[in-house]
Amino acid sequence: MTHTSQTDGLVAGRLDSATLEAHFDDLYPLLDDHEARVAADRCYFCHDAPCVTACPTAIDIPLFIRQIQTGTPEAAARTILAQNILGGMCARVCPTETLCEGSCVREKAEGNPVEIGRLQRYATDQLLLANEHPFTRAAPTGKSVAVVGAGPAGLACAHRLAMLGHDVVIHEAREKAGGLNEYGIAAYKAANGVAQAEVDWLLQIGGIKVVTGSALGREVTLEELRSDHCAVFLGMGLAGVNGLGIPGDDLPGVRDAVDFIAELRQCRDLSSLPVGRRVVVIGGGMTAVDAAVQSRLLGAEHVHMVYRRGREAMSASGYELDHAATEGVTILTDAMPVAIRQSGAALEVEFAYTRQGAKGLERTGETFVLPADQVLKAIGQTLAGQPDRLALNGGKIAIDSAGRTSLDGVWAGGDCALGGEDLTVTAVAQGRDAAMDIHAFMTGVVG
Amino acid sequence: MANLTSNFIGIKSPNPFWLASAPPTDKEYNVVRAYKAGWGGVVWKTLGSEGPPVVNVSGPRYGAIWGADRRLLGLNNIELITDRPLQVNLDEIKKVKREWKDRALVVSLMVPCDEESWKDILKRVEDTDADGVELNFGCPHGMAERGMGSAVGQVPEYIEMVTRWVKKHSRMPCIVKLTPNITDIRRPAEAAKRGGADAVSLINTINSITSVNMDDFCPEPMIDGKGTHGGYCGPAVKPIALNMVAEIARSAETRGIPISGIGGVTTWRDAAEFMALGAGNVQVCTAAMTYGFGIVKEMISGLSLWMDRKGFTSVDQVVGRAVPNVTDWQYLNLNHVTKARIDPEACIGCGRCYAACEDTSHQAIWQKPDRVFEVNDAECVACNLCVNVCPVEGCITMETMPKGAVDPRTGREVGDYANWTTHPNNPMARAAE
Repeated sequence: MTHTSQTDGLVAGRLDSATLEAHFDDLYPLLDDHEARVAADRCYFCHDAPCVTACPTAIDIPLFIRQIQTGTPEAAARTILAQNILGGMCARVCPTETLCEGSCVREKAEGNPVEIGRLQRYATDQLLLANEHPFTRAAPTGKSVAVVGAGPAGLACAHRLAMLGHDVVIHEAREKAGGLNEYGIAAYKAANGVAQAEVDWLLQIGGIKVVTGSALGREVTLEELRSDHCAVFLGMGLAGVNGLGIPGDDLPGVRDAVDFIAELRQCRDLSSLPVGRRVVVIGGGMTAVDAAVQSRLLGAEHVHMVYRRGREAMSASGYELDHAATEGVTILTDAMPVAIRQSGAALEVEFAYTRQGAKGLERTGETFVLPADQVLKAIGQTLAGQPDRLALNGGKIAIDSAGRTSLDGVWAGGDCALGGEDLTVTAVAQGRDAAMDIHAFMTGVVG
Repeated sequence: MANLTSNFIGIKSPNPFWLASAPPTDKEYNVVRAYKAGWGGVVWKTLGSEGPPVVNVSGPRYGAIWGADRRLLGLNNIELITDRPLQVNLDEIKKVKREWKDRALVVSLMVPCDEESWKDILKRVEDTDADGVELNFGCPHGMAERGMGSAVGQVPEYIEMVTRWVKKHSRMPCIVKLTPNITDIRRPAEAAKRGGADAVSLINTINSITSVNMDDFCPEPMIDGKGTHGGYCGPAVKPIALNMVAEIARSAETRGIPISGIGGVTTWRDAAEFMALGAGNVQVCTAAMTYGFGIVKEMISGLSLWMDRKGFTSVDQVVGRAVPNVTDWQYLNLNHVTKARIDPEACIGCGRCYAACEDTSHQAIWQKPDRVFEVNDAECVACNLCVNVCPVEGCITMETMPKGAVDPRTGREVGDYANWTTHPNNPMARAAE
């Protein structure tokens, strides 16, 4: 260990390997058998359960918990995976506090919901870790579908189509499949290579070919895909990022939080990954939280997360913000960046305080300056590289309730498409539902 | 602090909590430790005749039923009577009684069904200065195959005969322990009374198989691939025991015979319930085997606190207090009408009341928008199932309709007390006219 948290600048190795390993291990360890039974016993098996309604993939949660309770976690896993083939990662990354657990009647009763997320992981890990795939592929139909993007939406769509007997070719721009599960989620939520393990496990269904390093508009065009396949599903996510649009936005040491997170996720030796002594993260969403928390976990001494509106307007959940605060991230609100400047060997970011005025957000006139060795921008991602002829809505691909775009034979889902909250679980739901509609379209069979 | 002193058929103890005849009372070491923990008395584990002691299995002796968080709810056992030499037990009993004069020490007995065997053992027990004897006519496993235990307890004539021998050959108070493995508990109790018993104790354990090993297809506990039925006890059997105690307490033939209540007593409240239904004291086993002897401290403090709150100064004031309210179904008031009420403030919206009523009862609960659940009085028969399945205590209550109000289910006014014996639908009632 050559450096400490007090070393100035942007340096690697602030913490020793053992500490880093502990910091980036599972945020919540797997429940053991007894813990799972105790947690499962708390479920009331509600009628018309609110947790199911709250789940974008509508997993029959009371049923799978009851299956755990009766000592059949493999059956529980099947219940989950039949609705959500990425149930393993969703168990880790879903903001359960705002979805299933947030609507649990025990949350209402005692502020302490059934631990649905951890129970889901307990069940799905039974199959995932044993690498047992519970589904079998129907007889081949001879029909093929192109899927763009091997993220949650594309994988869910591909799996469902493959299960129904269709052939699928996935074009993935990056080197690995998995999408944000592989590149965009905090490492401690996807420890021990679980994202790749899940992709490998999912592909066991057969009939899915993944072509990596193949991006739409670069290696392939939509017209080629449409002519080569019966249908096309677009699930390429949001490849672009919003800029700050302020002076100094491009200074060395200023970078996009999504790149920082992706580099961290792909890094084999975290003691080689540089992080500033003072880190400023700009933004109020999950990406900002993941970047800020992981900066602290890498050994940054001071991490500020600054958001231009109030805390209630942040898209990160209260639970995530509490987690960030617990990890030592200082959260500042109602302040917008106005300039980034070089200050000696380091940077400084000038912020202006804001308030809600008659015409929207306005500056109060008061400003402050934060010193920074590293500035991470996390103010949102945008659709990039989409074909010109696709109709958009609000900067995203316009789709109907079945996932159909404005082009015949082209469906879309996940973050690149309209609807949902840019969550893994909504992407899975959209991919799955589009697959069912594509299946009906190709075979003439509805449902 | 209420006075918990107990005088059960002349046997005095500082409290009404005794340890039942079972593994916890097998030897001096345990019994002394139980007394130190505060137990008012013990019934020493059952002694057999002189001669080579019985032999127990060396495989598992217990099977179990668990609730949430592996809380032990029911236990069954296939252990036999004491497997230590008779004289060793008798010497220890004598020593313990000499050193613990204020505590009750009753000796449980099970010997073959002949007068000489009973005469012989009674003489030897009397020499120990023990406070009394309990005749084990209850154990349903092992010894019953040899014509003892429940094999005697299931034949009222045998109970009466042996009880007579015991009273003939001994001055000691005699408690007859009854098996629940019969169709009507009153018959053996009557037999014990006819034989001259000073008291009955009940229930002994219930014939049971707690579970089946689904890999080896064998009942548990499994002994080298085979299993046998055992005696079931613990919290799970309490309702059965309470009913049997109440039946003896209210029956014209057995009313007044002292009862030592046994069966799943775990807390002060369980003990108080047995006593309210007519038990003069209680005996405990499974709770001690689950948690150790220390639980008696909670029983003492709890019963005492409750008695203080209620203004009772002695346990005798509690004993039998609920017996007059135990009646036959035919005397229940058919004009008593209640309706379920769901407190919307307390309701957490789980919908279990709805599922239970809609699927399995009278379709008397509406699910309204935003998960609001309401009772439809026109369908509610007041079965109470919703109350019992609701996870929130006090959320659903039964509201009594006042006299003169119209029950929307029947369209009839709530009237005065009337029961089945006079009901127009009762053919027997008409026949009597």
